[in-house]
Amino acid sequence: MATDPGYSPSELMVSAAARELRDGEVVFVGIGLPNLACNLARRLHAPNLVLIYESGAVGAVPERIPVSIGDPALVTNSIAVASMSEIFYNYLQGGKIDVGFLQGAQIDRFGNLNTTVIGDYAHPKVRLPGSGGACEIAIHAKRVLCIAAQSKKSFPAKIDFVTSPGHLTGGDHRQRLGMRGAGPQRVITDLALYDFGTGETAGEMRVTSLHPGVTLDKVRENLGWEPRVAAELATTSAPTREELRLLRDELDPGGLYL
Amino acid sequence: MELFLNSAESANVNPEKLMPMADAIARFVADGAEVVIEGFTHLISFAAAHEIIRQRKRDLTLCRLTPDLVYEQMIAAGCASKLVFSWAGNPGAGPLYALRRAVEQGLPHPLELEEYSHFGMVARFQAGAAHLPFLPLRTFTGSDLPRVNERIREIACPYTGERLATVPALNPDVAIIHVQRADTSGNCQVWGLLGVQKEAAFAASKVIIVAEEIVDEAVIRADPNRTLLPGFIVSAVVHEPWGCHPSFAQGYYDRDNDFYVAWREISQDAAKLAAWLDEWVYGVANRAEYVRKMGDALTRLTARQQMSSGVNYGY
Repeated sequence: MATDPGYSPSELMVSAAARELRDGEVVFVGIGLPNLACNLARRLHAPNLVLIYESGAVGAVPERIPVSIGDPALVTNSIAVASMSEIFYNYLQGGKIDVGFLQGAQIDRFGNLNTTVIGDYAHPKVRLPGSGGACEIAIHAKRVLCIAAQSKKSFPAKIDFVTSPGHLTGGDHRQRLGMRGAGPQRVITDLALYDFGTGETAGEMRVTSLHPGVTLDKVRENLGWEPRVAAELATTSAPTREELRLLRDELDPGGLYL
Repeated sequence: MELFLNSAESANVNPEKLMPMADAIARFVADGAEVVIEGFTHLISFAAAHEIIRQRKRDLTLCRLTPDLVYEQMIAAGCASKLVFSWAGNPGAGPLYALRRAVEQGLPHPLELEEYSHFGMVARFQAGAAHLPFLPLRTFTGSDLPRVNERIREIACPYTGERLATVPALNPDVAIIHVQRADTSGNCQVWGLLGVQKEAAFAASKVIIVAEEIVDEAVIRADPNRTLLPGFIVSAVVHEPWGCHPSFAQGYYDRDNDFYVAWREISQDAAKLAAWLDEWVYGVANRAEYVRKMGDALTRLTARQQMSSGVNYGY
């Protein structure tokens, strides 16, 4: 890197993810960077964002950064605590979730995610945690945002296992299988922002914005396939001073995730 | 169709439910049993798991959404032959290395996996609780999970013909549930994250309740909306303060995140993990001794007070 931009790749990813969230939306929050993005948005442009955690906390307003998906700080002063049966049957399958955040060890060009195994399922090279709630979030959230650091390994041409469906083989594959949620709409990496195209190439990742200082070549070097690129390529806005202050001083002062 | 004729054996007529953990485990957890210790990050009975390890139970099928440190310790100690689960990580702190050793290398011995998503596991408990053979749910579409787990199947909706995924009921031999308070009959109350404990308990043949506090029945009756389970489905009640550490009990003590982070290093090294079990599980007679050994951590983790106001139950 030529000069220090004054922020880390994680801080840029979190600020970009936060800007995807609209005030009043109901978000199914994951731990780590998604959690920071949701809480950052809530402190800035989306004060009425409703944070739901799969552990059952609804309308959580955590005073400290949750150290796990089931932190006691998610309960204190929340709107409701739902059982997990309610969370999955009523909230998620019931179609009440606007946005789901997903991360994956592997993501393919259609936004399909692998969090299960690297290698063969029966004899894995690396056993990953598995689905958790990701499979159903991928199916039911009205739209899905993916966050992941980019490399050829994490974005291969073919993933070893589909844990959570993205756009499957592209096009309207999801709709044909009866899924109500629109699936992945954005991928936010440490190099670029992607959408999932339109028309003929709908459902396939497309570079829409390069982060400051990142070239398209660098993006290509860190992808397992030749990416589609939007006609007008933007430059991602750097995190603002206020975003950085909130992240560093209030949301993650211990630098747990940033 | 099974018939319920033997009502005298129901859990309700046994007046001696309050017992030490060692007795509850000896009586209700047999070798080869299907066991559930539930609690989604909250209210996980590590006290029960450690007693199962001390009693050297073998060949257990362990069921739980998130195996967490609690099942990893039991797997490393050689208690389990099978794991039924939906997310196997050290929550917020990395992988479960000992579980990975069992799956990737068969160490200390192989572990059979039966894997679902969280929704799949929740539906399995819900079906078990309701005495249904299975439940339909909308998930697994487009996922490879049904390809590696033949128990995830499909059914055509009898009204519309739509294809829906199904999972079979899960009816464990015993469910072990930690609660904030219970009376000696097993009527019990929880607050904070609820997880899937109610469904798991109703699905199980036997229920062991482990409580932070034993209270008078009048305390339960004063606030019936907070009750998780009625005593008449409970077989044993164990009083075990701090029984969830390093997990947490809302209003009593915080999650010991330092321990979860430290576990990353312990579980990475089989010898270190064995030494930890020697010191903290085999090396103590019971939970009370473990708690005394915790020393200053008790002060660090004790919950601050934020009381809820009462409501009017009058009419």
